Amino acid sequence: MKNLMLVFVALLGLNLVGSWARASIDVYEFSTEETREKYHAVIKELRCPKCQNQDIADSNAPIAKDMRREVHRLVEKGEQPDAIVAFMVERFGEFVSYRPKVTGSTYLLWFGPFVLVVVGLFVVFGVARKRAGNPTRNKQLDVNEAERLKTLLKETKSSAGEQASEKDNK
Amino acid sequence: MNKRLVYFTPLLAALGIGLILYTAIGKDPSKLETARLNDPVPAFQLEDLRNAAQTLNEESLRGRLRLVNVWATWCPSCKAEHAYLEKLASEGIPIVGINYKDERDAALQWLSRLGDPYEFNIYDPEGKLGFDLGVYGAPETYVVDPQGVVRHRHVGELNARVWQNTLQPLLEKLGMEGR
Repeated sequence: MKNLMLVFVALLGLNLVGSWARASIDVYEFSTEETREKYHAVIKELRCPKCQNQDIADSNAPIAKDMRREVHRLVEKGEQPDAIVAFMVERFGEFVSYRPKVTGSTYLLWFGPFVLVVVGLFVVFGVARKRAGNPTRNKQLDVNEAERLKTLLKETKSSAGEQASEKDNK
Repeated sequence: MNKRLVYFTPLLAALGIGLILYTAIGKDPSKLETARLNDPVPAFQLEDLRNAAQTLNEESLRGRLRLVNVWATWCPSCKAEHAYLEKLASEGIPIVGINYKDERDAALQWLSRLGDPYEFNIYDPEGKLGFDLGVYGAPETYVVDPQGVVRHRHVGELNARVWQNTLQPLLEKLGMEGR
């Protein structure tokens, strides 16, 4: 389950990479390359409260700018990314984190997709097994059945023949 | 019997999802409840708008049930709600202003031109208090109880509809609690 979740989060991450090129322009100095990387990672993790479908890296709203400034200040102070996200969540709510904590109200969000996949798998396997176990699929016909099939085929053939001869007559 | 039930699962699932979505109709997703709900107003030390020599802090917001209105002269909706704030103030509702990311001169001019509904104003030119409160766009109006605890936040213009539907009932409830 945990591995599955990691894959899920990684896929989300890939999705975010697409928006890198549109990042907004601020002039910030970083003391080390590490803080720069931290800064860029964190501003991708935070959602803008004003323009709700953008991360704060991507938004030009005044509040996103303020949040970037605070992230820069905290990163330079040596704060860890988790602590910075917690700092923002304290002020703006769980809403601003793109990785909401696993709590009662987010169970559906976190585990709903896996539950649906499991349900889907059950349905698929159920249907497949039913088909595989269906006796008419791969069983040989017994004598009676073979006989009946023959007569049925004969009947259709002869009736088809009748129709054809009727057509010829016309 | 069991088999029939299986055929109904898509219908049940659709009804379930429909119910969840139905409850969300009419909710404005751009209006967020504050993360500071039922928390004390964060600590701050800022000047009074009219009197730079006077320092205000979180204690200044205690002692009385109040509206705390975040405003700025650059904010069009603030202008739109100003007349309504005047009306509330004239009816005796205590309102404190947070002058948010603004300039003192412009703010004082605004108050002398449009009227001053505020008990006092906290001058927050860098938006520091605003940031700690979780303000993401003026105007915002907070309900702060006598213990200095945030009890509600309204984002956007404060008008008669918001007052009658939300704030007035809440203030009445809190006022009764306080007595």
